[in-house]
Amino acid sequence: MTIQFNDETFRDDYTFRNSQWAIDRFPFPFHEDSYMYSVNMEQHQGGPAGSVFEKRFDVDEHYVSEMKDRALVLAEDPLRCQCLPHMTLAGWDLLELIMVSKSEDYPDLFELHREGNNWHWINKPLGIDHKFVFLDETTLPYGPMEYITRQSQGDFAVLDQRDDNLWMDAGMVTTQADWSLDFDIGMNFFEWHAPVPKANEMGIFVRALKFLLNIQQGTPARRLNWTMTVNPLLDTSPENYHKWGVQKTTLTPENIGTKQHLRVELQTFFRLPRSNALVFPIRCYLISLQDLVTVPKWGRRLHRVIRDLPVELATYKGFIDNRPMIVDYLSQFDDGLPTSDGIWPDKNTEPPLQT
Amino acid sequence: MSKFEFPESINSRPVWGTLEPRPGKSHLMIADAEGAEALLELAKADDRLMSKSTILYFPKGTGETYLEDLENLGAAQLYVGPSYSAAVARLRRILQDAHMGLQIYLSGTESLMGQAMREAADAGIPHSAIQTEHRGSVARRMQCVHCKGITDDVMTDPFVCSHCGLNLFVRDHYSRRIAAYQGVCVDAENPGNVPEPVELYS
Repeated sequence: MTIQFNDETFRDDYTFRNSQWAIDRFPFPFHEDSYMYSVNMEQHQGGPAGSVFEKRFDVDEHYVSEMKDRALVLAEDPLRCQCLPHMTLAGWDLLELIMVSKSEDYPDLFELHREGNNWHWINKPLGIDHKFVFLDETTLPYGPMEYITRQSQGDFAVLDQRDDNLWMDAGMVTTQADWSLDFDIGMNFFEWHAPVPKANEMGIFVRALKFLLNIQQGTPARRLNWTMTVNPLLDTSPENYHKWGVQKTTLTPENIGTKQHLRVELQTFFRLPRSNALVFPIRCYLISLQDLVTVPKWGRRLHRVIRDLPVELATYKGFIDNRPMIVDYLSQFDDGLPTSDGIWPDKNTEPPLQT
Repeated sequence: MSKFEFPESINSRPVWGTLEPRPGKSHLMIADAEGAEALLELAKADDRLMSKSTILYFPKGTGETYLEDLENLGAAQLYVGPSYSAAVARLRRILQDAHMGLQIYLSGTESLMGQAMREAADAGIPHSAIQTEHRGSVARRMQCVHCKGITDDVMTDPFVCSHCGLNLFVRDHYSRRIAAYQGVCVDAENPGNVPEPVELYS
């Protein structure tokens, strides 16, 4: 498999685009025509060939440009990557997990050669060829977590497990749906989720935590989460909200198809072997509404989900003001026909849009 | 009169308790303003406590109101200081010299309790082992999520960040590590449209 890496931006002129390949494999997050919170966990043991679920750490056409964007964010604000002192070992665990997974899953792109603790890492897309000593921080230009997550798409929260809870004690967070690692670092599972409406009362977090505490080595789990973002802006951080928030007001009926994006997070959970920490990669996928509605089933379903979403959720997800315009736009792509179960596009079996 | 019943809130918001005497080799009590009242009640609950106690007290706006009563408690040490921040080095030294069996009691404003709790936690004492009791002002210590500057004694929502000047709304999301609530730009999506400030809990 060869990936053509895009040269694109996630800020300023926003040249980000999805190819037909990326549209077809987009992780559409709604398995039915409505949405409410649930502990929608499943095993992360591969998935259909070519899907974003197939590999442990999906690499796609946006890889190189996303890593450039991350470097820009970190240059402006180094606090987006933090690691409390007791989490260094978990950082090495994560480095090992990613290097081993990527070299096995994408042998044409990544190579890892190991002789004892003398490791040789080759990352062809980013042009990195590096020999270092595993567990010796002085042989890396950054701490182990920062080093490897500067080479991996998606945010990474590294969670310490103690007192029957998970603690956000390290992370690399530059593509977040409006939460601050710098503020939340050191919090436990219930504290960092505190601002989420409704889910606590529904018992979601108690059940999710129980599940996560019991994740074992070699049996990772995954779920999808979603929100809406105006412009393909990866760094929707609270830190920069006073700069990007105003972009939400630039939507018009004419530009909404290209400007409004569905933002989907593929969240995965892996137990780390030495530290017993849990790593929580949060991989962000963006798709413009215009591209999304080229899949008839997704156009029908997204219209129904957004239209019927409870006000609290639309508010929390930050698009309550734009919802009427989004629903208006999407309604053109909903002919009222039933939709098939599940998230897959089903392009060959679902009828085209009836006009 | 100095007690305030905070409405129920989200999980990251601290919940303050009521001080009660606990067995311990020594006792460290840190209070500001009306927090003195909680210490006076604590002393009444167990008259053997004070001879093993160190008190750090910051009167803030209450001036002399509680000083005589505090002096009469017979604490092993009573320090009355002009501000919490002036006493941080002293507090760190006390914590550094502390032994197993120390009990910590915090009372007064959320800002004082939050900051003292952070120092104690940094010294290795679990936050859950520290007793607290809110008294007096409901003003908050706020961190601007944008510039990271701290604005203390915030009484209104929204308020102006004392560092970067942005208009921030007051969230209940709280970080023990920063000992502050989070302030977020209130007019990001509608620049210049800043709601009239309202006093907290009014």
